Amino acid sequence: MADHLHNNCQDLLGSLSEYIDGELPADLCHEIEKHLEGCENCRVVLNTTKRTIDLVQVPMEEEAVPEDVRERLFKRLQLDSYLHPKG
Amino acid sequence: MSETQTQSFSIDALRAGDRAEFARLVDAYSAPIYRLGLKMLGNPQDAEDVLQNTFLNALTHFADFEGRSSISTWLYRIASNEALMLLRRKKNTVNLDDFQPEDAEETPLPEVFVDWSTMPEDELLSGESKKALDTAVKKLPEALRMVFLLRDIEGISIRDTAEILNLTETNVKTRLLRARMFLREHLSTYYSERLTREEKKDG
Ligand SMILES: [Zn+2]
Repeated sequence: MADHLHNNCQDLLGSLSEYIDGELPADLCHEIEKHLEGCENCRVVLNTTKRTIDLVQVPMEEEAVPEDVRERLFKRLQLDSYLHPKG
Repeated sequence: MSETQTQSFSIDALRAGDRAEFARLVDAYSAPIYRLGLKMLGNPQDAEDVLQNTFLNALTHFADFEGRSSISTWLYRIASNEALMLLRRKKNTVNLDDFQPEDAEETPLPEVFVDWSTMPEDELLSGESKKALDTAVKKLPEALRMVFLLRDIEGISIRDTAEILNLTETNVKTRLLRARMFLREHLSTYYSERLTREEKKDG
């Protein structure tokens, strides 16, 4: 489906990340928004990219440091006496 | 982001061997460093190694810390080096491309144009979806994954990410864009298949 993309689309994709992060100057944002109005493919890519970033930022339970891992770490660093209380 | 970024630590105390201050630092940065290890290496044992080695390394190098970067940047630099070293050690065949992606190459163009972004949150984050997300992150080439984890998971700025990984800001931006496009493509394929499945079920 890549042949549905115009040159403008490729330019937009090149600055998509910075656009999402709000790091582009106003005039460039304006250009991008004008292109988005008339280009559904780019709108989809923008929406789904934003959503992708949102989703990966949702924390997953298994990423917390398990208590036994923390304990072994503190022992290895000879911080045994600081194990409790946490924080 | 997390509360970690807002805490401050006394470099002087750390250099002087203040145990309480060190314990506070360890507790503040354990979670993000463990997470980085987990996502780079893919298993809890290796993540624990990265975690322990990072703080052991930090402990012996507080004297070298010049304070030109923040303590957070400095710790992440040690952690990312530990993670990459462990990865290299574990690989029988070292694929150089993983560490040096050709930054000059063009970013692949998107191919799936299904707008799944309005699917309800509970469907996007169902157990099965989470697994798909995790798999997609694991499939990212390592050099892209590291940039993506620091920037999008840990919320570190482009500038600091560049400093941590000893890359230019332009390199970081390129790798970040590629990582995001790569994940978007994988998730788009996954969710569009799900949408089709559901339509069949309904119709
Ligand atoms: Zn377009």
